[in-house]
Amino acid sequence: MKVLVPVKRVIDYNVKARVKPDQTGVDLANVKMSMNPFCEIAVEEAVRLKEKGVATEVVAVSIGPQQASETLRTALAMGADRAILVQTTEDLEPLAVAKVLAAVVGKESPDLVIMGKQAIDGDNNATGQMLATLLDWPQATFASAVEVSGKKAKVTREVDGGLQTLEIDLPGIITADLRLNEPRYASLPNIMKAKKKELAVEELASLGVDTKPRLKVVKVTEPPKRAGGIKVETAADLVSKLKTEAGVI
Amino acid sequence: MAVLVIADHDNATLKDNTEKTVTAALKLSSDVDVLVAGQSSGNGGAKAVADAAAKITGVRKVLLAESAELGEGLAESMEALVVPLMANYDAVLTPATSQGKNFSPRIAAKLDVAQISEIVDVVDASTFVRPIYAGNALETVTSSDAKKVITVRPTVFKAAADGGSAKVETIPAPAKPAKTHFVDQKLVKSARPELSGAKIVVSGGRAMGSADEFHKVIEPLADKLGAAVGASRAAVDAGYAPNDYQVGQTGKVVAPELYIAIGISGAIQHLAGMKDSKVIVAINKDADAPIFQVADYGLVADYKTAVPELMSALTAAGK
Repeated sequence: MKVLVPVKRVIDYNVKARVKPDQTGVDLANVKMSMNPFCEIAVEEAVRLKEKGVATEVVAVSIGPQQASETLRTALAMGADRAILVQTTEDLEPLAVAKVLAAVVGKESPDLVIMGKQAIDGDNNATGQMLATLLDWPQATFASAVEVSGKKAKVTREVDGGLQTLEIDLPGIITADLRLNEPRYASLPNIMKAKKKELAVEELASLGVDTKPRLKVVKVTEPPKRAGGIKVETAADLVSKLKTEAGVI
Repeated sequence: MAVLVIADHDNATLKDNTEKTVTAALKLSSDVDVLVAGQSSGNGGAKAVADAAAKITGVRKVLLAESAELGEGLAESMEALVVPLMANYDAVLTPATSQGKNFSPRIAAKLDVAQISEIVDVVDASTFVRPIYAGNALETVTSSDAKKVITVRPTVFKAAADGGSAKVETIPAPAKPAKTHFVDQKLVKSARPELSGAKIVVSGGRAMGSADEFHKVIEPLADKLGAAVGASRAAVDAGYAPNDYQVGQTGKVVAPELYIAIGISGAIQHLAGMKDSKVIVAINKDADAPIFQVADYGLVADYKTAVPELMSALTAAGK
């Protein structure tokens, strides 16, 4: 069974995004970039499927600038077998990403696509669902447990107020939620090995996909700041302030 | 233009995310219909939900579709139901719950339009404001698509009041999806209010140190205040609290009247999930914890002593 794992290069999880003074976007110059944390979870899950003997090949794919190959090397160091970079300097919207991924799926014919539920830059939480729709494949989003047997995957999903379990026929799309697993750190020998693994580069234009943006960014601004409050000395003070000053209890 | 709002409910009661999304929809157009997709159940079912939706002021008409798969919220069924309806609408607005986030992008993909995710403001019928980078930036976007597919962050909109009397029209449900099969659903039964709509939220962080301690410290305080229980991502990752307690950009976004953060340092991603609360209280022994920068009232103290003191002070104050 072949598993395709799309990964995205984004601002590092621990770095605070800063809005550019000209309000055209977020300043990413000289900012640490890493693999989107939800994508890491997806890679980990795919690699575990391989280690369990369920998957035979794990292919990582990223759409982005040349530097996204570093993100793909991380996926390879975690255990992916080979990687594909669809190279572009354009910033693609989820619909366009889904269309590009659909084209990659067309070429690679995976049995399963595992991807993060959302990227922490655009926070759209849309690409996996859109890809499933474009391919007419079943989807199981926000997965916290995945069990593959034969041509089916049983997926436990995080839903409002609890968990839902679905069974999907493969090929299908699974999007990873936080609790699915804890991604491994790549070991030094595996990082070295990853340098020798295949990383194919394809130009976005060669796929012939319509990636025209549908949204125009008018401006990007800082959210309004909360004014700092006061410190209270005791719990009793706190209760009296909440009662008389704030009126919330 | 006409706008369709997809109701949030549990096959028994209408959730106020719906009324809040109607408020956002009314900023786009005065022609707002509500779609209730669900199934009948022992306690009223989708029909009762539709009757409740018909009472929302400003709603023109309620559409009701019933099937087991719609009740289970299968994304494929929701898409198959909504896409043909979009011939009559210029925009569809869905509350950005885990359910809404699951199916809404499918509608967008099928219509070949962008989804505008988790809007927090409507500038005009094509221009919207939405948070990006875990709420560290707000993006204003204009959509050039003929039809708008939008998810709405309900906490920032006021719920539309009751007072309407729209008619309920039953429409056929789509066929069962062929490749997705519902197995089961385990919802946590709780006497506490639901996190996303609660007036008071008490949240615990990694400082709790264990799931036991989390239950012992956070839950009695929450119950005393009639509050919902929340947790930071760190506490969830450490296994102290279930994932559906998680407040933050990767969990639930809440905006209660009162948010009490206990032993939570205030990571960016947590702040993104609660900074719109009316009053924020932080209890943390680290005076430099970032949570104090957003807190209206900060108490620098170990929760181990502060929470019992807070419990007694609340009792003394008649709580």
